[in-house]
Amino acid sequence: MTESVTGIVVENATRNFAGQQVLKGVSLAVAAGEFVALVGPSGCGKSTLMRLIAGIDRPDSGRILINGRDVTTLRPAARDVAMVFQSYALYPHLTVAENIAVPLAMRRMSAAQRLPLLGRFWPGSQARRRGIREEVGSAALALGLGSLLDRRPAQLSGGQRQRVALARAIVRHPAAFLMDEPLSNLDAALRVHTRREIVEIHRRAGAATLYVTHDQAEALTMADRVAVMQAGQILQVASPRAIYADPDDLRVATFIGSPRINTLPAEIDGHGLARVAGFPTGVRLCGAERVTGAATLALRPEDLFLADGGIPATAEGLEFLGESLLLHARHVGTGTALVLRLPPELVPDLPPGSRVTLGFDPGRALLFDAQGRRLRDTAVVPEPSLV
Amino acid sequence: MSDAAILSAPARRRGASGEAITAWALGLPAVLAYLVLLLLPTLAAILLAFTDYELGAPAFAWIGLGNFTELLGDRGFAQALRNTIFYVAVVTPGSILGALAIALLIEAGTRGRTLFRAVFFLPVVSLTVAMASAWQYLLHPSIGPLNAVLRQVGIAGPAWLSSSDTVMWSLAAIGIWENLGFNLVLFLAGLTAIPRELYAAAEVDGAPSAWERFRLVTWPMLGPTTLFVLTITMIRSVRVFDTVKVLTQGGPNKASEVLLHAMYLEGFTYFRLGYSAAITLVFLAIVLALMWLQTRVLDKRVHYG
Ligand SMILES: Nc1ncnc2c1ncn2[C@@H]1O[C@H](COP(=O)(O)OP(=O)(O)OP(=O)(O)O)[C@@H](O)[C@H]1O
Ligand SMILES: [Mg+2]
Repeated sequence: MTESVTGIVVENATRNFAGQQVLKGVSLAVAAGEFVALVGPSGCGKSTLMRLIAGIDRPDSGRILINGRDVTTLRPAARDVAMVFQSYALYPHLTVAENIAVPLAMRRMSAAQRLPLLGRFWPGSQARRRGIREEVGSAALALGLGSLLDRRPAQLSGGQRQRVALARAIVRHPAAFLMDEPLSNLDAALRVHTRREIVEIHRRAGAATLYVTHDQAEALTMADRVAVMQAGQILQVASPRAIYADPDDLRVATFIGSPRINTLPAEIDGHGLARVAGFPTGVRLCGAERVTGAATLALRPEDLFLADGGIPATAEGLEFLGESLLLHARHVGTGTALVLRLPPELVPDLPPGSRVTLGFDPGRALLFDAQGRRLRDTAVVPEPSLV
Repeated sequence: MSDAAILSAPARRRGASGEAITAWALGLPAVLAYLVLLLLPTLAAILLAFTDYELGAPAFAWIGLGNFTELLGDRGFAQALRNTIFYVAVVTPGSILGALAIALLIEAGTRGRTLFRAVFFLPVVSLTVAMASAWQYLLHPSIGPLNAVLRQVGIAGPAWLSSSDTVMWSLAAIGIWENLGFNLVLFLAGLTAIPRELYAAAEVDGAPSAWERFRLVTWPMLGPTTLFVLTITMIRSVRVFDTVKVLTQGGPNKASEVLLHAMYLEGFTYFRLGYSAAITLVFLAIVLALMWLQTRVLDKRVHYG
């Protein structure tokens, strides 16, 4: 972990609240210039991890490094991080320009120079104030806030407030940039638009960015890598493609992707062959992972199709989505609910209750052991008996 | 709404006037109480202030501004006005800053919040007149514990309530004690309402000390609370009466005379109701001025709309 010297490094951080372990040994590295999205269900500890990195809270054990420096016990001000809060946390009594200037004023001006009225007569204060004003101006310009500098936060729309919070974070060019669900208060259209702006800002600023979101579409579209967190643990950190197509853990596979991945209870026999309700699936486990017994076979909705022979299922309903169509079905052997994403023109009229048989490419099936760990060492049985 | 839409226009008007009648009927008790208990007495006081009416006198005469010109030359009234201003000027900042400091300490602490709140709120719910006897004992020049303590360290304590040098300070101290708990509870409520994330933002933005975070977050966010506390405390301390009545009766030699006690003396001891009403009007003018200050001037500066 320590070989990445620049950016954010979290090593084995734990945090307990009232005897409950909220972070159970989290390790994560975000390189300088990298954009990592942290996704996970509500209450899994995302904000807690952010607060540890920002220094608002301290870990019970573990270390936090920023640009190679151990900052575990440092105050937030000494860490060179900026954070955008979910509620924006703008100072309501200050104008937009004053809000953006706060991080600079706190760092560059002495307490005397910051005094409301007398401060401006203090030696050296004028030059610093001018410098700050220029930098605030350019940060505001970068976010299209040029005409709003004299407004108070209460006079701004949600999207504008959000941009003020971003400007306040980028104005001092921090080494690490933390964002805790910055888009969750915006409406859908503005959210999509602001996504691109944030990525753009990140590219220009080049800081290590950790971005928390509930929204997996946001994570997959914006991030260089996605970290999936659940119940205080990071399950996998990988590129959006790998997270979607090649998950390490059944929990990652089911969390990412909408509609949810289909999971079928399977058994692995002595020869390593996976069967679902007695039917051979064409997937064989080989090599070192000699696992037998209960397992799970998972298939993305787009990897299932209607075939002449295969998994028997009952159609339960169709959902038309425009470019595709969702077929809800139920596996006959196990009663498991299944979803198929199909091209609309290929789907015959299927009244609820009609019998269908479903095929899939065994090469795209994902196999997990009873604990939900991915079994990667699989091969396709040469002559698939299902399709 | 949809019901109203299908009604014809005249019927709607009838419905509206019926509603108005109901509204007035429901509001009547409150309106009557306001008229009888507030508006009429105020009007009576205003009228009385322009007469020379004395209680029990068979007749009275309109004397125009006579009472007010007499007030201008009345040394006792001037003293009462000065004392009241002194009292307000000491009690207001004393009880506000004290309450704010204690509220910040309680808020920062982890335990005993309810206990401390109850302890400091006690003076508010206790009867001032009863507590005044306790103060009389505490401040007693010879048997009082305060002077006993001072004697231990070699200081001869003054006669707190009967020396004209110390009497107003003593009354003001009691006033601070009386108002502190009330202000404290208001400040505690105000502090709880400040979003935690603002403090986190201030820390990340580099506010180097607790004092800077106070200046950047707490003080501005408490603005509306502070304004309310300021107005309430000023009005409550302009109204100081019961401690004066019980402890000093305005003495020694009018050294602790205050507006409402002077009014009480004129009206109920000397029965000069006209003159007493004139003092009431001065008092009313001060209270109204304070309220105007709050709504017109300060209110704009603490609500960041
Ligand atoms: N100060 C605290 N005291 C006690 N428990 C806390 C505290 N902060 C967080 N928790 C608990 O820690 C858990 C994780 O909280 P956290 O805010 O990190 O979740 P999250 O992943 O950010 O969720 P969300 O997506 O809803 O924001 C929750 O169960 C929460 O109740
Ligand atoms: Mg959160």
